[in-house]
Amino acid sequence: MNALKLIRLVVWASIAVLTAALGFLLLAPPKDTGTGVAAVGGPFRLAAADGSVVDSGMLMGKPFALFFGFTHCPDVCPTSMLEITNDLVALGDKARDFRVYFVTVDPARDDAKLLKDYTGSFDPRIIGLIPKDEAELAAIAKSYRAIYRKVETPSGYTMDHTASIYLMDAKGAFFGTLDSKETPAIRQSKLRRLIDKR
Amino acid sequence: MTKTSLLRALAAASLLALAAPAAAHDFKVGDLKIDHPWARATPGGAKVGGGFMKITNTGTQPDRLIGGSAEISAIFEVHEMKMEGNVMKMRALEKGLEIKPGQIVELKPGGYHVMFIDLRNPLKEGDTVKGHLVFEKAGKVDVEYKIESRASTGGTGHDAHSGHGTKAP
Repeated sequence: MNALKLIRLVVWASIAVLTAALGFLLLAPPKDTGTGVAAVGGPFRLAAADGSVVDSGMLMGKPFALFFGFTHCPDVCPTSMLEITNDLVALGDKARDFRVYFVTVDPARDDAKLLKDYTGSFDPRIIGLIPKDEAELAAIAKSYRAIYRKVETPSGYTMDHTASIYLMDAKGAFFGTLDSKETPAIRQSKLRRLIDKR
Repeated sequence: MTKTSLLRALAAASLLALAAPAAAHDFKVGDLKIDHPWARATPGGAKVGGGFMKITNTGTQPDRLIGGSAEISAIFEVHEMKMEGNVMKMRALEKGLEIKPGQIVELKPGGYHVMFIDLRNPLKEGDTVKGHLVFEKAGKVDVEYKIESRASTGGTGHDAHSGHGTKAP
């Protein structure tokens, strides 16, 4: 091997190492819980549609589900709420104290009365949460790694949003998600494991 | 005609009369057939609802669903909904929804829908809602939406609808 070839090899090797390092810095999760599970979720304190305040610190010992949605949503939001209502009913007494928090990504239109009517028409265990401003909404969406975006339509606007239902365990840690594509049996077994987990 | 055969004929006629409304829930305009327009009952407080149907183009020219109205809402739009990963995205189809010659386009939950915006009243299961659709070429047609349960997916598992038409692929 002559000197030129060696230099070329060293240069290419350095580029490879730098690219890998850069990729790691860009793609690695910013935070880690220390258990190898990427952090999803975090503390929040939001006004509820029933006039109370829900503080995640008070939810210790109580597993819960959390969903980002809005009432001007013709399809995904009512379907998700209907499915989890059916799941809670199927779980019977086990889910008696379970709560599902519906965080509106459209606080400009979803006031307390509207949101309470809306969630109440599914199940009283579904509680609407209303961020008081963009900063509060952005903060909870960021901690759950959820996306929301206002999109103009001819008559006004609609909201893109993450449609998963987040499951949080009794210690406030991320447990998993529920998805509309899953069968009721799978969703209910996840909920059962979540509620049983201590 | 004997008394018995008269009775039989009457019985047959009344059966036909009973069967007819259940079987006929489609609408035609030009080369387009609009099959079973329906919508889901809305949750309390909801200001919007989605309408669904199947549109068949039996002609040789493409057409587009460009608008319409429903008696229960102030605004009517044609939308596309899709999931990108776990993110729900909804867009108004500003050029309308194309139905190519020979094509059947299904508006259904999780996909294309017409959206009733600023509902005057909630959509209640069992109700019928009058409206019309506007196509670029075929023009205007009056339709009626059947309001089904919040869990309905239309089409399959929908008894009143099984008597006619073809199932979705």
